[in-house]
Amino acid sequence: MSDWLRICPLEDIPRLGSRVVNNGDIDIAVFRNAEDEIFAVDDRCPHKGGPLSQGIVFDRRVTCPLHGMTIHLDTGEAAAPDKGCTHKYRVRLDKGDVYLNLG
Amino acid sequence: MTTTKKTRLVVIGNGMAGIRALEELLKLAPDMYDITVFGAEPHGNYNRILLSPVLAGEMTIKDIMLNDVDWYAQNGITLHLNKTVTQIDRVRRKVIAADGTEADYDRLLLATGSNPVMLPVPGKELPGVIAYRDIKDTGEMIEAASHYRHAVVIGGGLLGLEAANGLKLRGMDVTVAHLMPWLMERQLDKTAAQMLQASLEAKGLKFKLEKQTAELIAGESGRVSAIRFKDGETLPADLVVMAVGIRPNTGLAEAAGLHCDRGVVVNDTMQTYDPRIYAVGECVSHRGISYGLVAPLFEQAKVCANHLAQFGISRYTGSVTSTKLKVTGIDLFSAGDFIGGADAEEIVLSDPAAGVYKKLVIKDDKIAGGVLYGDTTDGSWYFQLLRNGQNIRELRNHLMFGQNHLGNAGHQGRSNAADLPDDFEVCGCNGVCKGAIVKAIKEKGLFTLEDVRKHTRASSSCGSCTGLVEQILSSVVGGAYAPQDASKKPMCGCTEYTHEEVRRAIRKDRLLSIPETLRFMEWKTPNGCPSCRPALNYYLMCAFPHEVHDDPRSRFINERAHANIQKDGSYSVIPRMYGGVTTPAELRRIAEVAEKYRVPAVKVTGGQRIGLLGVKKESLPDIWRDLDMPSGHAYGKALRTVKTCVGSEWCRFGVRDSTALGIRLEKTFERMWAPHKTKLAVSGCPRNCAEATIKDVGIVGVDSGWEIYIAGNGGIKAEVCAFLVKVGTQDEVLEYVGAFMQLYREEAHYLDRTVHFVQRAGLDYVKRRIVEDAAGRRALYAQLLDALSVEKDPWAERVSGVEAQEFRTIRFFGKNETKGGSNERLAENLPA
Repeated sequence: MSDWLRICPLEDIPRLGSRVVNNGDIDIAVFRNAEDEIFAVDDRCPHKGGPLSQGIVFDRRVTCPLHGMTIHLDTGEAAAPDKGCTHKYRVRLDKGDVYLNLG
Repeated sequence: MTTTKKTRLVVIGNGMAGIRALEELLKLAPDMYDITVFGAEPHGNYNRILLSPVLAGEMTIKDIMLNDVDWYAQNGITLHLNKTVTQIDRVRRKVIAADGTEADYDRLLLATGSNPVMLPVPGKELPGVIAYRDIKDTGEMIEAASHYRHAVVIGGGLLGLEAANGLKLRGMDVTVAHLMPWLMERQLDKTAAQMLQASLEAKGLKFKLEKQTAELIAGESGRVSAIRFKDGETLPADLVVMAVGIRPNTGLAEAAGLHCDRGVVVNDTMQTYDPRIYAVGECVSHRGISYGLVAPLFEQAKVCANHLAQFGISRYTGSVTSTKLKVTGIDLFSAGDFIGGADAEEIVLSDPAAGVYKKLVIKDDKIAGGVLYGDTTDGSWYFQLLRNGQNIRELRNHLMFGQNHLGNAGHQGRSNAADLPDDFEVCGCNGVCKGAIVKAIKEKGLFTLEDVRKHTRASSSCGSCTGLVEQILSSVVGGAYAPQDASKKPMCGCTEYTHEEVRRAIRKDRLLSIPETLRFMEWKTPNGCPSCRPALNYYLMCAFPHEVHDDPRSRFINERAHANIQKDGSYSVIPRMYGGVTTPAELRRIAEVAEKYRVPAVKVTGGQRIGLLGVKKESLPDIWRDLDMPSGHAYGKALRTVKTCVGSEWCRFGVRDSTALGIRLEKTFERMWAPHKTKLAVSGCPRNCAEATIKDVGIVGVDSGWEIYIAGNGGIKAEVCAFLVKVGTQDEVLEYVGAFMQLYREEAHYLDRTVHFVQRAGLDYVKRRIVEDAAGRRALYAQLLDALSVEKDPWAERVSGVEAQEFRTIRFFGKNETKGGSNERLAENLPA
């Protein structure tokens, strides 16, 4: 449990939206979908490095704003027929707060 | 074995129509059915229309497999190959195959295809006499070509000619015998057919026209050795291919007591007279027509799947078909009514020396059909016009010459895909070559433009090369390629409804939010997709500007951040400079901001203003505050700039004050959201230095007033404006332009530029609404002003704190410092 970082209250992330979390090194995109599920992935599209946090969120997916590659948020994998993967992080919700695990 | 209680679906027929229906069904309702498929052939589902290239030695059987056996297993489908179903027991609801295999069904899908017609002549059963229908026939022909010399193909239609061409390429001496006075009489007029015949003769094929077969004669070995015609002429023949037509395979259905009339009769939902039984494909008779081309079969499959999935909202209403001969080196296209008649006109372009012949049949200002020979570049465009029923009166002058939807940048100006080499870069945005597109079409079994976009990314960015990609697609798959009828095209994969239907429902049923719209319209996805959500957001705001709240999460990032995202994830800031006019104070402020925030690049834009490039998202609100200038909406599907020339105030040629009018237009229409970006320009004299006639709306000042031009475009496909009207005063310009903008806002599809909207609606219609109907014009203008009255400057709003989280990064000091959920080391919006 010790590696869990508290990020922000759930309501600080808009539904079907995202926030960027920076640990001084890399940007991580944290998403909230319509069912209040939370996902976190590296904020880099496997295609050309686009910021996934800026894409449109739908279902459990996000579409990169630069060239339209779609990423499955629950796996980090690109949706077919594209190929590629962005690193996925563990997240959890506890008493209305969002926690992120970078381990 | 599973013991689920899923509904059981049995499919009889493992061909293109039946399996396409399953693919569509699995997309809609992947877990609804236990599916069993019976196929009489020993293969998975293959692309039957590509048998001709296989025969010609240009492709292999492996190349044309669409669904291999693994696909069935992966989708949990029970597959019975090599098993011909011989009985349908409708009482016990089971099907029985020749070997005794049985399967129970709750729903049954008949996709039994068709049988080749065999002429009832003596000798038809001799060895060496075959039809041309499946892999087995193709194999026999390839085999015969390596042992025998003389082939006769009976039937000079599409299939017969492709068979003859293939056999010739495999070294046989081939004669085509045809009953009619010219080849392909169901697709070609006499002129085109004679040109085709000459080209095929040049390839070494021989033809016997108006020949009726009397008898096939056996040789000493018992194999066929000759063909004798009714007129007594005899030709040597070691192989006879009958390609005289196909007949829907209805034997099984008839035996089961289903109503058949030259095909299994179905209604518009592809249901037979037994409500549990559906039918698709060549075996079907729909409104009295059986189709033998693959494009209509796919449309049927889609409709059938919709009903099997119990969506119940789509109908098949028949198809207009087009034909393309798949003989390498011969370009031939035909569609619709190509003969014409007393009530039709013809436009003909004939250049026999160059081997080009084009004929279009026009009825009531619409294309009814046509034949293209030698140059089929524009085939898919004509076919699109035909299917859309578009009025072509304004296109008549250049109809014969002009490809209309092919962009003119990014592919070296080439417009004919057929003679491009494989390494030619077709899509300049995504760097996709012709060879890669052809390969994907063949290997992945692609049939639509959308498929090609998805798999290759070609034509998926700016769309300039769409025409070329369509040509490549149609040259590879031939008649299987059917450009989608734009008037029936669903908004996106989330729904079956068209843009018009959705907009109508929003207005009529007063839908005020995206979730409400998705529920009401029974969207197939929980919250839409990046394609439909921005469109819906726009449609809602356009319909009810006072009631609907903008949904930032349904905006593309540029419109959400009110800045343009750049390739490195930074943003650009472009403040408004009305009419391209600025002041020293404004310039000083821009310069100070650029220095203070170390903006990496400052550029004069194409729209007569200044852009700051490379800005970090977090700095945007601060920069906007310091600039203290309104947003230029350079990032939006909105009014961008109003470009002006210097005009009569300074220019010695100027006759009108274009600058003042431009500023007035920009101040009136700024913050106007639209289906796509909208650019205006005003020139102060006909020299037109503001290049007004390639804008969405261009105004040109003349001595006696202002000329208003609409629907031009300077981008992907340069398009010169059409003249709308001439007016006398600036007030009138505002009213006419505003009314046109509002008409475009209300009636265009999202992402249509004005040029697309006016092409679809027709210039006549726009003139009727804007020029002739004065009351309607004033009402439209008033609606636009009303909608604009609620729009505030988005930059000022965000400086005051609206959507603050959008611009804030959540930061930690270090990777391992924050532990145990303490919030103390967590701070927002620290400087980087």
